Amino acid sequence: MLFKLAWKSLLARRVSVLLTVLMMTVSIFVLLSVETIRYQAKDSFSKTVSGVDLIVGARTGQVNLLLYSVFHIGVPTNNVSWQSYQEIATNPSVAWSIPISLGDSHRGYRVVGTSTDFFEFFRFGNKQALTFQHGKAFDEHFDAVIGSEVAKQLGYQVDDAIVLAHGIASTSFSKHDDHPFKITGILAPTGTPVDQSVYVSLQGIEAIHFNWQGGVRMPGTATPELADLQPKTITAFMLGLNSRIQTFNLQRQINEYRQEPLQAILPGATLMSLWTMLSSVEQLLLLIASLVLLGALIGMANMLLVSMRERRHELSVLRALGYRPGFLFALLQLEAMLISLAAAFTAFISLQLSMYVLKDWLLQEYGILLTRLSIINEFLFMLPLVLIASFLVALIPAISAYRQGLHQQLNL
Amino acid sequence: MTNRPAIQIENCQFRYHPDSDKALLQIAHWQVEKGETVFVYGPSGSGKSTLLNLLAGILLPQQGSIKLDEVTLNQLSNRKRDAFRARHIGMVFQRFNLIPYLTVADNIKLASHFSSHDKPYLQQRSLELMNDLQLDIELLERPASQLSVGQQQRVAIVRALINQPELLIVDEPTSALDSDARDSFVDLLLKQVKVAGATIIFVSHDRSLAQHFSRQLDIQSFMVAGEKHAV
Repeated sequence: MLFKLAWKSLLARRVSVLLTVLMMTVSIFVLLSVETIRYQAKDSFSKTVSGVDLIVGARTGQVNLLLYSVFHIGVPTNNVSWQSYQEIATNPSVAWSIPISLGDSHRGYRVVGTSTDFFEFFRFGNKQALTFQHGKAFDEHFDAVIGSEVAKQLGYQVDDAIVLAHGIASTSFSKHDDHPFKITGILAPTGTPVDQSVYVSLQGIEAIHFNWQGGVRMPGTATPELADLQPKTITAFMLGLNSRIQTFNLQRQINEYRQEPLQAILPGATLMSLWTMLSSVEQLLLLIASLVLLGALIGMANMLLVSMRERRHELSVLRALGYRPGFLFALLQLEAMLISLAAAFTAFISLQLSMYVLKDWLLQEYGILLTRLSIINEFLFMLPLVLIASFLVALIPAISAYRQGLHQQLNL
Repeated sequence: MTNRPAIQIENCQFRYHPDSDKALLQIAHWQVEKGETVFVYGPSGSGKSTLLNLLAGILLPQQGSIKLDEVTLNQLSNRKRDAFRARHIGMVFQRFNLIPYLTVADNIKLASHFSSHDKPYLQQRSLELMNDLQLDIELLERPASQLSVGQQQRVAIVRALINQPELLIVDEPTSALDSDARDSFVDLLLKQVKVAGATIIFVSHDRSLAQHFSRQLDIQSFMVAGEKHAV
């Protein structure tokens, strides 16, 4: 009876109820998206790099170095000389090293010059190694390995030829079209910026820039000799050490390096400090989303309270028939609960739909991988909180109905 | 059992504000036998509604006792008093008796919900009552808001009688009806009350209806001297 009464009374006021549901849906949608993206960002963020003990680059901000070397966000300020790289990489405590050379792109995707050690030693997520979906690592100078998203978005397959562009804008007018690259391998998806990158050898990078000076191509078609392809500088490099105990020691040595100003960072610690920087923004977002929800809840309480006036007779009839004041309380609470539930599920479904649509874009633009499961988890976590908040706010009309039932006389 | 009065009020005093020293209603002794039909009249604002609310157990007297059958209403707990009203008292108001967005059948179920009888019995009984009150069975599935005022008032009687209450409290049920409809409505009502063997308290300011009843009461006789309102 209670449920039928609540349901039918909501149906009878369907326009204002629908507006209230809509208002709640929007606010729960905002809250749910903020929470999901927050969680996902943090998750995919911390999974971007693992197993790397130190990242070394020219002296700049710690976060800046991390951003351009790992996330391919922003522009490196300065380079590291090949000589310094060689010297540090051959340090006895270093187990392996991965050089990184940035600056070119292919149709908006960053090109990373590196060595085959990258495929062997780089780790992401929970210390997972890179694997090839198709093909194998590069071998020749003009070989390239592409990330899974690059392959998917541009429809590339092994053995396709690609032309790199100078600079990192998605439309570049200076292309290295004299030296096309051949795709030898496609990496399996990682959910990290690796998916969005094109990997070539350092020698390849060097070869296509052979005739270039100051960012423009010089006339003439001199073909480089193999010996000339030794890079003079790289952007940064990653180090894996034999023993973690040596990390701080080596970090200090690099930071005090005499030949050129260098900087070594611990990726984990820098990720943390970057996340702490972002978390105030993130908490502000969460606060705003919660306030929006609170506003919507108060709107709902107000709608129910106003409806009490037109339902005065109705509540009186129920009392005359022997329904207790507690029944009126429960009726109002149930109506609030139905509105909140309807709104929560609508928000959930619309979020699922929009995530489905925006998934590729988010991964491409921000490297955030959204999984269905995470939205469901967020939703299951959020739903009881929303219902509790709805209960608390609906206490206002519900208690008012209770008191009305208790004190109002039956003279209609 | 049959010789116990349906209503027995002793030394009853009621005032709206417990701390005010003037009582609104003062009833030294009032008794209604079972099966009596009582017509209560008086000007508006004279305490008719107050008496009905006292009999329904919505309001409680500050002093004295109100007994329905053998139950002293003002000694029951709130919960028991609400349960007692559901099972033993039927009420019909001036208007707005039905919940407009529920069907007629659901409106009746609101009351029969408290019955101890099983569903088929209740269904049968509501069909009979609908028939007795000259209501088309097809109306059962209509939303109450689609019925005419006269139909709504008759459905209210069906609902008030569905649990076979010993006492029927009716508050100006005919004020929204024209005079022809008024007399036939009261006729129908009293016929059903007689069949059910119930006691009825019928309140109205329209004294032309008094002839249908076995007994009359001027509410002003319950009022404290000096508190009488002008009409």
